[in-house]
Parts: sequence; C-alpha cells; structure tokens
Amino acid sequence: MTPNTETLLETIDPELMERVVSRRDALGSVSKRTLAVAMASAPLALGVLAKNAFAQGGLPQGIKDVLNYALTLEYLEAEFYNLGLAAANLIPSATRPVFQQIAKHENAHVALLRATLGADAVAKPTFDFTAGGAFADVFTNYQTYLVLSQGFEDTGVRAYKGRAAELKSNDAILTIALQIHSVEARHASKVRRLRGQKGWITSNTTDVAALAAVYAGDEVTTQAGINTAAFVNAAAASEAFDEPLTAQAVLAIAGMFIVST
Amino acid sequence: MSNLNASPGAELEFLGRLANATSRRTFLQWAGLTVGVAALGCGDDDNGTGPGNTPGVNLGSGDTGVLNYAYALEQLEAAFYIRVLSAPYSGITAEETTILRDIRDHEIVHREFFKAVLANGAIAGLSVDFSSINFTSRASVLGAAKTFEDLGVSAYNGAGQLLTSDANLLIAGKIVSVEARHASAIRDLLNPNSMDFAGDDVVGPTGLDVVRTPAQVLAAADPFVVNAINANQLPTS
Repeated sequence: MTPNTETLLETIDPELMERVVSRRDALGSVSKRTLAVAMASAPLALGVLAKNAFAQGGLPQGIKDVLNYALTLEYLEAEFYNLGLAAANLIPSATRPVFQQIAKHENAHVALLRATLGADAVAKPTFDFTAGGAFADVFTNYQTYLVLSQGFEDTGVRAYKGRAAELKSNDAILTIALQIHSVEARHASKVRRLRGQKGWITSNTTDVAALAAVYAGDEVTTQAGINTAAFVNAAAASEAFDEPLTAQAVLAIAGMFIVST
Repeated sequence: MSNLNASPGAELEFLGRLANATSRRTFLQWAGLTVGVAALGCGDDDNGTGPGNTPGVNLGSGDTGVLNYAYALEQLEAAFYIRVLSAPYSGITAEETTILRDIRDHEIVHREFFKAVLANGAIAGLSVDFSSINFTSRASVLGAAKTFEDLGVSAYNGAGQLLTSDANLLIAGKIVSVEARHASAIRDLLNPNSMDFAGDDVVGPTGLDVVRTPAQVLAAADPFVVNAINANQLPTS
C-alpha cells in the first residue's frame, strides 16, 4: 500500500492529471460531481497511476485487461442501479437507502477504475436489462429487480476473486480489487436477505432458474485438498467459501445484458 | 509518574502496569519486553491469564505466517460465536439465531480448514478473553460481532498482497467475501434497511472497503486474545 499518498499526489505527473480530468466529459451515467468527489478522494488510485502507469511506462496489459473486465461489470451494475432508482414506483421507500448506497458504490467503482485505466478504459457498453425480454418487467416489478440485483452482486463477487491472482504483480492494484470485492459481497448479502434468502450461498442452489449460471460450481466442499464438509456439514462448508467464476462464465452471464460494446 | 524514580524494578513494574491498562500484550510485543517482564514476574497479572501463564505464539514467516495470522483470527471469531450461542441473549429472534448459528458454523469451518492446511506449521489454539463483552446484551453481542467481521474483512483485504502463492490468494479471496457477507448481515440486524450494511464508516467515498495491516489488526484483536502474538516475521509486501 502507498504509505504517503499526499506526497504522491503532490508529485503527480501534470500530464496524467490533464488526461484524467479531460475524460470527465465522456462519462455517460457518472455525473461530473460524482467523479469530482471520487477524484478528490482517490489519492490511492492516483498514486497507483503516478507510480506505475507513467513512471514505469504504463500498466502491464494483463492488469489492464482485468481492470477493464471489472470496469465492464461495474458499468453494468452502476447503470442498473441508476435506472432502478430513477424508475417510478419500483423501489419501496423502506429499502431505498439500501439501493442508494449500492448505487453510490458502483458509480464510485466505475470512476475509480476509469481513473486508474485512464485512456485505456473501455467505453460503457449499451445494456438491455430485460435480456431480450426474459426480464421484461425489471424496472416495473420490484421482485424481478431484486432477482437481477442479487445475480449481479453474486456474479461480481465471484468475478473479482476469479482474477485476483492476475493482479499479484502490483500490490496496490490487487488490494484495490480486494477492497471492491468485499464491498460487492456486502451488497450481495443484503440483497439476498431482502429476497428472504440467506446472505450466503448454500451449495449451487437458487430459487430462480434464470440465475443458475451465477451459482454453478459454488457447491464445492473440498478446499486445498481438505474435505471441509467434515468439520460441520456440507451446507456450512459450501457457505463458508465463495467460489470463483471464470472470465468466460462471467462474460456469458453479463453478455445476456449487453447489446453492444 | 513519580514512582519511575524509585528503582529499576519499579520502573519495569510501572511499564507492565501501563501496558496492562491499555493494551498490554501488544505494547509489550512492540516494545520487545514480553519475555523480560514476564520473567521478572511483575505483579500485574492478577487474573492469571497473562503472558506469564500463557504461551506466546509466533505466527512464522512467508505464506505460512499469513495463513497462521488468518487462523488466529478465525479461532477468535469461532470462539466468540460458540460463546454467543451457548447462552443467547434474551429476546433473540429466530432470524438472529439462524444468522448467528450460520456464522458460527462458517467460522468453525474456516478455523478447522486452516488448522488442517497448516498441519505441523499451525500455531497452537489461542486462549480468548471476552470479559469486555456482555453476552446477555443484544447490543453488546451484535456490536462485538460487527467489530469482528469488519476486522476480518479488513485483515484479509490487507493480507492478499502478503501472499506468494496463487492458490493461497484464492483461498483468502474465497473466505473474505463470506466475512463481508457476515458483516453486512450483522450490520443490517443492528440498523435494518439502512445504509449500514455497507456503511460509510467502512466503505469510503471511492467505494473501497477497509484494509488493515497485520499490526493494526492484531492491535485491535489484542484485548480479546490472551496469548502474546508475535507477527514480526510476517511478510510486509
């Protein structure tokens, strides 16, 4: 981690600052104010940029690929919550603070990843949250909205952990990814509980057939060759470890909602 | 402070008392005094659970050290929830019981997993001290649970970069998200349907969860662990 981010901020490359700030106009669903807040309070990301992206000739392509993969998922989540909060009579007032908080985080993740990637950030895809009509009432039926929210959050948790090892060459970026990852898990737990589910995932089961791909392979009860079902039982063993998803599996899930990139 | 001038022995005893009053084991560990003070048998350990009677624990180095660090935290968490469920606070709801039982079982799985995977490299079982927690009080129990879960999340988030092996990093990733799910549920029990499940106190304006170094985590855990924990050999990056 960066011990003294203020110093890094002070010495940040002016070219970098101009490059990041100049991208504010192309932000789409992220308001300038949101980015301004994120920029003002994102010394770590800027420190990473200053330290790696420029001083050392840019981030390795492998890391950029993972960050753009994450950014694509964050674009999807941010737009999903921004549209949900804007939809009339969708989210009940009693749970509105929950979705406002989640939306705030997803928009912050988009801003942070875009700032870190700079000119290498992928553009926001065009989304269709009905998935071609499969979830036609997503923005008029709260239960449908909750189903997709749960699916996106649980997918996000599995997606980040699946690619963490590819970030190992950069401690600061790995740690940022882990810090995003646990926020997604906090979200997932809350949204699941809003649906009357446990906050954790038991085996590979889901009450929604359309979400089956999100939970495929999560029933594992062997970790590092050790039978974890022997300690309490198989349910606790599967709940106690969240399994990763491959990029291919994640993109297949997200792809159902992406019209064009 | 006047007794500092009395004699070298009194000075050591004062240091022992000072540490005991704040955060004894951490203070002594960082001051490098654990062995010295304990060997002098200074009379600060009136509950018989201090370092004079309880073996100190060295987490070790490399990935083994980091896994032992996780094992120590999981031991603490499991012991806490076992204690909570052994005599639940009055008025506990069915939902709260289910959540606390599930979390207890997860922490036991984590604890036993680390013990098994570390095998001969595992630290000993730790002795815990929950005397600061009122187990008859819902607020005290859930408040402590929130502290432990948030601490666990921040610990794993900070430990990722300390691990060398991809497999160990993945294991840590598989566990930290479950700890975050716990934290979310406990926080939501305390303040339902508010923003607190992922509150601004733990998720900053950039959307990032808390990250802590082992030194920070062990200092926070210290009041609940009787053993002196030596983390000096842990990797730092």
